[in-house]
Amino acid sequence: MGSVRKIATKQPTEFKFTKENLKEIDAILKKYPESRKKSGVMPLLDLAQRQHDNWIPEVAMKEIATILGMPPIKVFEVATFYSMYNLSPVGKNYIQCCTTTPCWLRGSSDIVDFTKKHLGIEVGETTKDGKFTLVEVECLGACVNAPMVQINDDYYEDLTPEIMKDVLEDLASDTKREIGSQTGRVNSLSSAGATSLLKEAKKAKITIQDGDK
Amino acid sequence: MPKLTIDGMEVEVENGTSVLQAAEQLGIEIPRFCYHDKLSVPANCRMCLVEVEGAPKPMASCAMSCAPDMVVHTGSEKVHKARKAVMEFLLINHPLDCPICDQGGECDLQDQSVAYGYDSSRYDEPKRAVKDKDLGPLVKTVMTRCIHCTRCVRFSDEIAGVPVMGLLQRGEDTEISNCLGETVNSEMSGNLVDICPVGALTAKPYEFNARPWELSQTDAIDVMDAVGSNISLCTRSGAIIRIQPRMNEDINEVWIADKTRYIYDGLKKNRLDKSYVRNAKGKLEAVNWEDAFEAISNKFKTSEKIGAIAGDMADVESMFALKGLMNEFESNNLDYRQRGENYDISNPAGYRFNTTIAGLEESDLILLIGTNPRIEAAMVNSRIRKTVFNNGTKVALIGEKADLNYDYDYLGNELSLLEELASGKGSIAKQLKAAEKPVIILGASALNRKDGSAIHNLVYKIAEKFKIVTKDWNGFNMLHQNASTMGALEIGFTPSKKGLDTAGMLKANMDILYLLGADDLDFSKLDKDTFVIYQGSHGGEGAKHADVILPASAYTEKHAIYMNLEARPQTSRQAVFPVGEAKADWKIIRALSEYLDKKLPYDDLLELRDSLRKTSEVFDNIGEVIPVEWSEFGKTGKINKTGLSVDIDNYYQTNIIARSSDTMSECVDAFINKDDKKVA
Repeated sequence: MGSVRKIATKQPTEFKFTKENLKEIDAILKKYPESRKKSGVMPLLDLAQRQHDNWIPEVAMKEIATILGMPPIKVFEVATFYSMYNLSPVGKNYIQCCTTTPCWLRGSSDIVDFTKKHLGIEVGETTKDGKFTLVEVECLGACVNAPMVQINDDYYEDLTPEIMKDVLEDLASDTKREIGSQTGRVNSLSSAGATSLLKEAKKAKITIQDGDK
Repeated sequence: MPKLTIDGMEVEVENGTSVLQAAEQLGIEIPRFCYHDKLSVPANCRMCLVEVEGAPKPMASCAMSCAPDMVVHTGSEKVHKARKAVMEFLLINHPLDCPICDQGGECDLQDQSVAYGYDSSRYDEPKRAVKDKDLGPLVKTVMTRCIHCTRCVRFSDEIAGVPVMGLLQRGEDTEISNCLGETVNSEMSGNLVDICPVGALTAKPYEFNARPWELSQTDAIDVMDAVGSNISLCTRSGAIIRIQPRMNEDINEVWIADKTRYIYDGLKKNRLDKSYVRNAKGKLEAVNWEDAFEAISNKFKTSEKIGAIAGDMADVESMFALKGLMNEFESNNLDYRQRGENYDISNPAGYRFNTTIAGLEESDLILLIGTNPRIEAAMVNSRIRKTVFNNGTKVALIGEKADLNYDYDYLGNELSLLEELASGKGSIAKQLKAAEKPVIILGASALNRKDGSAIHNLVYKIAEKFKIVTKDWNGFNMLHQNASTMGALEIGFTPSKKGLDTAGMLKANMDILYLLGADDLDFSKLDKDTFVIYQGSHGGEGAKHADVILPASAYTEKHAIYMNLEARPQTSRQAVFPVGEAKADWKIIRALSEYLDKKLPYDDLLELRDSLRKTSEVFDNIGEVIPVEWSEFGKTGKINKTGLSVDIDNYYQTNIIARSSDTMSECVDAFINKDDKKVA
């Protein structure tokens, strides 16, 4: 587990939700009965993380505790339990590389090694310019297009070290880039294209999409 | 009522009983770590696994309700194997430091590993270490020993009402932590030590002091407040090493307050171990018993105005003996109210805790008037907290605002509120009327004012107005602070037949004032010529103003009866001998009576108790509460506007023993002064 899971020693002293987020909080809390409003703790933590450079400071957790009327420690419990909440600062692009078995079989170790070398950081570290943080994570559910990484909210799939290099360079220079499969695969079709039920598809007049371009 | 079979024995249990509890009814003990009778059931330690026929896997018996025709095996091979596996996991990260662990000898993990542990470990990887937490001066932490049972988390959430403990992180990084260095600021924190099944939370004052098998236990009664918590005094070679709770479902359940538990170092300090007489130069001089009695008897020969005041921790027997002695000298100047609480002492219905502590659990609305039960009687507060937490009982407060560990409706501190209520109006009136079993708790210390008796009467009128007392429910309670109060009232250690009360005695320039452990008088009002006899265990204000000091025993050093605020008499047993030349209180008074030629008619404690029983049959029923008739109390009168205030400034140092205790002053620094700094 990366060091971002540890609670940062340097903490800001203040945190206030923005006006838009406060409206959002109202909308979230409407989903729960008044007496059960602490059910909103997870979406609120997510809001705080998005508002605060992708990590949640202690003051934000206390703020959430006040909003939801629950003891601060109970918010801490949730925030420290789930690995998707960052409790110390991370880079602008937060790279989560899946290293669970399917991705690993398809070469995720190469992706991790390449990324480490390319960025000059170890797993769990942030580059000096603050642009990238690399962590290893467990399965993100995109095994068919393994190996893959999640960078902030986006998945980049069907990676090779070469493609990863392009991805990182584009992100470094803020160039817009297609997300999803990097080999042009549609959804999770087989890379060899459709192989079965071709006749039946033709009969039913269904267009068959190609696999890899 | 499901009927099931456990280990071949049939048992019929209440609905909702867990398999673990059902097994307990049959006398089958199932090992457990996370399960605790008084806490919620998380089922996370998995030690209580049992085999249920038809179930594919072993089941956690603490969380599984009994169902009809269930067949359970608690001792089968499969169960044993499952528990061994659980134990192996628990021991993976548990350090092998039993020889330097204070829990050693009374550790659940140690005990159960005898039955379920492997003799050697298969674990080769490095063990983890967890940083210790700061939980204040009472609880020491060694977090590496923690097995994550979460009893402490549940205790602070559910019982103490200070939710600052939590289970942070996950997996290998899991740790129990307090909230960002916040100490457990609760007068119940010592119980964390009791509920921790391993040595992660141990008692700081008891650190490396003794092993449990070296200690002998004596059943005693606590005198730090009027609750009369049942305690067990653990002694080794004539010294109190620690104090632990003794289960009593009617009073303290299985808990005790911190002051009760950690007071004991105060019993070794500041003690009076010799008699003293003030000499011609005005200095106190150590003398033997005869000389001290001689000095007293000389004074008695020339004195007319004689009075006696009992302190906060006086036992029933000594007050009974002292009353006997005073009556021999035709003095009715007796009082136990050092601070001058002014309420009607003629009607027991008006000064008792009628609902009883356990009875609070039936109530659906509690109105607190001029009291802060959290610091006045922590165990009562914990019972209120329990009913709020379990039954959703509503609480309202008229008086000083306070942090009470549970939500309450703050009505204000204007006495007009009481007057409104007495006439059936006010914001809480509707709820009081609707409540089935309403409770009023009136703080005795708040009546420490001229119009106290009038307020007492006003609260009576409120009780009448809202039918607080019915045929089978008595919801009126007075909350006292001191262990001696109810005993003194029961035996009549009160000013009678024109006798003077405390204020009267101080004003009237008595010739002789006999202080039975009374340390909290307003000594500035004491006349210089008054001959003061101080009989007590500790040197404080009382001893400072004394002309003769008679060294007496503390509550751990005598057999005695104490009556708690419910008027429940309880016997406390002697655990250690009095220090130096000190003697049990009643013996001193009995010996003195002989010296004064007014010999009291009993020679030993049994005879004394016989005559005690003759005066009041309550003492025939030790441990029981005999309800009293409900009738009017207090005197109608004018009430001035000043709000009610609780007469206690600091929970940790309310009496002379507490003030002598280092542990208690550390608590003051850690919990009370710390908050002051925060505010500043």
